[in-house]
Amino acid sequence: MAKKESTFGNMLLALLVISLVSSTALGFVYEFTKEPIRMVEINKTNNAIQAVVPEFDNQPAIEAFYVASDLDSLKFYPAKKNGVLVGTSVETYTKKGFSGLIKLMVGFAPDGTIMDITVLQHQETPGLGDKIDKKKSDFSLQFQGKNPETFKMRVKKDRGDVDAITASTISSRAFCDAVQRAYNAYMSTLKK
Amino acid sequence: MNQWKNLTKGFFKENPILVLILGTCPALGTTTSGINGLSMGLATTFVLVGSNIFISLLKDFIPDKVRIPSFIVVIASFVIVVELVMRAYLPELFNTLGIFIPLIVVNCIVLGRAEAFACKNTVLSSAIDGLGMGLGFAMALFILGTIREILGSGSVLGHKFIAGDGMLVFILAPGAFIALGYLIMAVNQLKKKYLKD
Repeated sequence: MAKKESTFGNMLLALLVISLVSSTALGFVYEFTKEPIRMVEINKTNNAIQAVVPEFDNQPAIEAFYVASDLDSLKFYPAKKNGVLVGTSVETYTKKGFSGLIKLMVGFAPDGTIMDITVLQHQETPGLGDKIDKKKSDFSLQFQGKNPETFKMRVKKDRGDVDAITASTISSRAFCDAVQRAYNAYMSTLKK
Repeated sequence: MNQWKNLTKGFFKENPILVLILGTCPALGTTTSGINGLSMGLATTFVLVGSNIFISLLKDFIPDKVRIPSFIVVIASFVIVVELVMRAYLPELFNTLGIFIPLIVVNCIVLGRAEAFACKNTVLSSAIDGLGMGLGFAMALFILGTIREILGSGSVLGHKFIAGDGMLVFILAPGAFIALGYLIMAVNQLKKKYLKD
């Protein structure tokens, strides 16, 4: 077969056929992977909830609700055992990270005490800011059992109570900002 | 014999990263550890083989003036397939490689091979060329990633052999440039010594 000449008709035909075939193929792949991707997302959320609140027997992801916050509303996942609230995990975020958005899952006891925190998403510098992740350092463990009402949610440099990560004050501040946001939203639900 | 050359040239003689210096953006960005580098290399290999096969199949059908847009559409489709499959079945890996997967579309190696090789050669040669180039890329990324991991976090393939952190600079971007620079220097020396032609 000889090379097609670059006439208008030929070019139109070639581009049309190529885009048509690729988009059809992509449609199939998308349909095929849609379900597994959704499962992965749900699993991720469930694992994060389980990590930050005590044992529960309801479906927090289904009973989730939104609470208004200063910028954007936060998602609350109530964890109940035998119908009694044992904790609430709050999906919170901050834009003050060193590079991009940081998303956390914070577990609160019914009185507002922090039970545990896990990092859902971050792009902090590997080896420095990524120590906010529990897998990398013990930084996030210091919040366990603290109540932000008495525990000043600021790094020690800013006269708070939080031990910042060495050389990562910005990431530590951002972490505190996200936790404080979750706490404020959580307390606003209690007052109602 | 000729096909063997097509396969092996990607590893040393025309290694995309170390000799041609193409595709350095993902090479520097993803090689914070050996495994990350290797996975990025293998994802690129898949795209490279797929796009090379399709482009050499279509080479007579595509008029010259629209070849670049046609190549890009083919390449982009393969990249999206990789991205979706990775998100569905390898979510952990997708979290680390994240934004670099879509960037394979604009990786100079993929378009470069389409333009320089696949649109002039048979399907079989193109597939082998893609495989060789891709594996050469993966190998270079793995070596670079391993060097950075050893120096930067003091571990090999995720197994730590020192307590605490390594030299942090090697995990960050400047260290990537330094490590790549020394690696290229070493390869050039080897080339001078053993490759006369």
